[in-house]
Amino acid sequence: MSKPEASLRYRILHRTVYDYGSEVVHAHQLLYLTPRKSAHQRCLRHSLAISPQPALRSESIDAFGNPVTRLELDRPHDRLEVDAHMEVELMARPPAIAGDSMPWEALRNFLLYTAQPLDGVALEALQYRSESPHVRVKATLAEFATDCFTPGRPVLAAAEALMHKIHAEFTYAPGVTTITTPLMQVHEQRRGVCQDYAHFMISCVRSCGLPARYVSGYLRTEPRDLTGMTDEEQGLVGADASHAWVAVYAPPFGWVELDPTNDRRAGVDHVTLAWGRDFGDVSPLRGVILGGRSHSLEVSVKVEPILP
Amino acid sequence: MADPLEKITADAADDSPDPLDSYAGDARRYDELLDRSGTLRPHWEPLISRLAADGPEAAQRGVELARRLVIENGVTYNVYADPQGKDRPWALDPLPLLIAPAEWRRIEAGVAQRAHLLNALLADLYGPRKLLADGRIPPELPFGHPNYLWPCQGLKPRDGRWLHVYGVDLARAPDGRWWVLGDRAQTPSGPGYALENRQIVARVYPELIKAMNVRPISGYFTALRESLLGVSAASPDDSSQSSLAVVLTPGPFNETFFEHAYLARQLGLPLVEGNDLTVRANTVYLKTLSGLRRVHAILRRLDDDFCDPVELRADSTLGVPGLLGAVRAGRVTIANGLGTGVLESAAWLGFMPSTAEALLGETLQLPSVATWWCGEKPALDYVLRNLDRLVIKPTFPNQRFEPVFGRDVTGEARVRLLARLKTRPYAYVAQERLAFSQAPVWRAGPRPELAARALGIRVYAVATADGYSVMPGGMARIASDIAVDVVSTQRGGGSKDIWVLSSDGSEDTEASEPIPRGAVRHDELPSGLVENLFWLGRYTERCEDKTRLLRATFSVRAELQVWAMALESCHRFGVLDEEEEPTESLFDDEMPVGLASDLSRLAWCATRTRSKLSAEHWRSVSVLQRQLNEAAAARAEPRETLDRLLLALASFAGFMLDDMTQDDGWRLMMLGRRLERVQFLATLLRQILESEDVPRCADLDWVLDVGGSTITYRTRYLAAPRLALVIQLLVFDQSNPRSLAFHWSAIRKTLVQLAASLGGAVEDAMEDAIHRLSAAGLAQLEGAGEATRAARRELANALAALEASTGKLSDRLGMRHFSHTDRDEQTVAM
Repeated sequence: MSKPEASLRYRILHRTVYDYGSEVVHAHQLLYLTPRKSAHQRCLRHSLAISPQPALRSESIDAFGNPVTRLELDRPHDRLEVDAHMEVELMARPPAIAGDSMPWEALRNFLLYTAQPLDGVALEALQYRSESPHVRVKATLAEFATDCFTPGRPVLAAAEALMHKIHAEFTYAPGVTTITTPLMQVHEQRRGVCQDYAHFMISCVRSCGLPARYVSGYLRTEPRDLTGMTDEEQGLVGADASHAWVAVYAPPFGWVELDPTNDRRAGVDHVTLAWGRDFGDVSPLRGVILGGRSHSLEVSVKVEPILP
Repeated sequence: MADPLEKITADAADDSPDPLDSYAGDARRYDELLDRSGTLRPHWEPLISRLAADGPEAAQRGVELARRLVIENGVTYNVYADPQGKDRPWALDPLPLLIAPAEWRRIEAGVAQRAHLLNALLADLYGPRKLLADGRIPPELPFGHPNYLWPCQGLKPRDGRWLHVYGVDLARAPDGRWWVLGDRAQTPSGPGYALENRQIVARVYPELIKAMNVRPISGYFTALRESLLGVSAASPDDSSQSSLAVVLTPGPFNETFFEHAYLARQLGLPLVEGNDLTVRANTVYLKTLSGLRRVHAILRRLDDDFCDPVELRADSTLGVPGLLGAVRAGRVTIANGLGTGVLESAAWLGFMPSTAEALLGETLQLPSVATWWCGEKPALDYVLRNLDRLVIKPTFPNQRFEPVFGRDVTGEARVRLLARLKTRPYAYVAQERLAFSQAPVWRAGPRPELAARALGIRVYAVATADGYSVMPGGMARIASDIAVDVVSTQRGGGSKDIWVLSSDGSEDTEASEPIPRGAVRHDELPSGLVENLFWLGRYTERCEDKTRLLRATFSVRAELQVWAMALESCHRFGVLDEEEEPTESLFDDEMPVGLASDLSRLAWCATRTRSKLSAEHWRSVSVLQRQLNEAAAARAEPRETLDRLLLALASFAGFMLDDMTQDDGWRLMMLGRRLERVQFLATLLRQILESEDVPRCADLDWVLDVGGSTITYRTRYLAAPRLALVIQLLVFDQSNPRSLAFHWSAIRKTLVQLAASLGGAVEDAMEDAIHRLSAAGLAQLEGAGEATRAARRELANALAALEASTGKLSDRLGMRHFSHTDRDEQTVAM
């Protein structure tokens, strides 16, 4: 086991290239490609290189607190390149002892509506408790989680048990799902990629009446301690691309991030871009184009530690 | 001895039975017509005595007139589940619901207050969310609602106005008070139907509506127009341009498309689909014939989550990419605001009284039907105990759950329902069942008689500078059966006009106010609409030409030689099947370019351009459809049916000349017609000339008939047809309105006008072909020698070139004026 480090720095390049079958005359694009600030993450440098030059570019903060970039392209183009360069610094997260978190039923009941005033933290948590376009709330999903969410169990312990269960029962299989694959189909075939793992786990947690959110970001691709081990040897899945994991609300520790694809808590390997109710709120690059006909897409992600 | 006067009165009463005889009271309900003692309520008196005086025959005529006007005006309501996807005629009972002045004042004040309240609620939900923090509103209601649009968080619409138009469903409880059943805050449908109902009922009871001091409802539409354009006029930038507002529709497949088109006409605003608009630099533009025109305000009939595929539902193909950016930048006003759909849930009803106190500091004036949101533990317990007397509804519109009456759910289904309620209590709402009031309707039969039906009313309000103004009237919706309290247009109920009576004539009355109607300016024509107009022109002419071809063909006797040639021509034009008996395939809608297929394409184009057609013009489309159906049914006499079809087509085409604004859109439509005519006639004549044989007299008679020039030829030449003269008449004679030369001259003139109006060079795609044809001339056409054969061949080639040039011109017009109409596509990258 590697020793805990005070902080780590990464240099990241996220490159997206569209090649269009014919000219795109006009396009709007929405980008979630700026790392979000948090207690354990600082963004040191960030730039977006866009070709062709957009006619309009605006930066703002969305309803969930994420930085978002909006582009409008008005010159005919048959290729779009977006290079997001960033440097971030990750700090170790404060310890959250699973056994010390609130019993899950107590949390569920605390969040039920009783016509009483709510503090801002609880109100924020409630944003992530309902169904959303990629997340279902169903009795069968609560049933899947029922041997994890046993009576009186602390919520973080229950959520980690659920993460273990999903990791054990699901097979990581690129190419069998797309972002439009219905969640219940993922549930049936128990195969998919990190988005599917995350959406499925979120659905189970919300089906138990508890909040859970979707985190979009990256996993480092270079071995951290320079032992020469590859990711595969270390058992890390989801590198070389954008990654996704889950955050559960676990008072008194607040939000704790769990990565069901790798069966571990998110730590200094996980660089956060943005979070929302599900993928749809924070998809890295989403757009509507006029023209273009067919298109091919190439995405590559490189995450390198910056050595001190 | 009896008083003779009394005797006469009694006799008269015997002759015309009391219309109320068939009307039965119902102790469980409030009766709009009769009080508890069974006495007529005074405000109904003039109407009922009039019905009694007129007698049953007049009643019958009234009912029939209303039915006919509904059909002729093309008032329809699409039902999604209808397997044919066909429009269903709107069901209107001509007998109005009467509301007395004092009663209306209470409704009016309550509805205006409620609109004001909902607007304040929206501002809070998308702003500080104080009601959630204070525990007055359960966070589940907005957060779980698919139309709580997160990207709209923090939006500040101009003047803080989220709700521009508002509809509310009310029903009268047995205690005589009006109760709120539900709010329509997203895109309230119905005001257009209400106006249409009023116009029809005013024709059924013209004297009554004057005599009874009925308040007019047209002011609502004036206020709406002013509100849309007024809001936009306030925009400080580019004040040099006058402001433009549009009506955004999801398109003709929507269940209330009739109303969208009708509203657009009534308001004098262009009716557009998402594809007609584009957002550039956070500014919304209408793609018009003459380029992009800035849009300042949008009255939307498209659900808010579909409005912008970039930031809202990515799977929407109906929206306007980037629209939300324009709203955020404050450069466009949308009525109703994006995000107002969150109020479409019965769950809000129970929280309205406390919301009114918190936001307005007022007591809520209109009570809501008792409603329990099951997300609260005590509410759920109550609902589980009282399931049999409650209706269970979904909280959110995207749930797959039909409202059910607890008492009707038994056995397995009940176990499942209870489980659902306990698992996701917040997703369900329970409502008390209200016994709606009843009012008289005309019951169909050999003699119409009055019957009682339960009803609810929908009332509308519009935002004005002085607050919300309530339409004095609206739409009453009647249940399909006396025992039913569910009033739903989708479920086959009917509608009624509502007459709000003026107390002392101090308000405006129906008799005193004309219907306003604005005109769409020519530079606001969406290019998508004009493209459809162009094709409307083409299909109108194409159908007419094919009908003439078929009629001329079926007029010749089958034993004559000309029959074979005529048949051959019909095969080439694709209007008859070579494999079948001619009459078999005549109206076969499986023939890809047969008459039936082209007529349905014509009807489709008419549907897409409906906002440009007058009611009478639109009516002629339905006549056309009826003629076709009848023709298809009666195959025995093709000539007769084709004759009638031709008249119907001529009438439809006649409206194009006499009834439409002659703007650039109209010019392109007429270009479409003329292009089609030139193409058809050139093809027909070429085929004749290409034949090895010299055309015989009977052949030429047939050609003249197809070309619609038989009479002209006879009056001009007083002789049997000769080829050279026929060609002269059909090709070169500028004074024959059916000749090629007549049409190409008109095309030239129109192209010059278009270039002057829209800029750019005059299109000359046909010029070379016209010169070549003029040079070919008429000499040596007749006779059997080689020289004459060559002359005929040269003329045929020149005609072929003309045919080809019409295609080229059509393509060029498309590229120049309609190229904006490509479809958008979504992309998502990880």
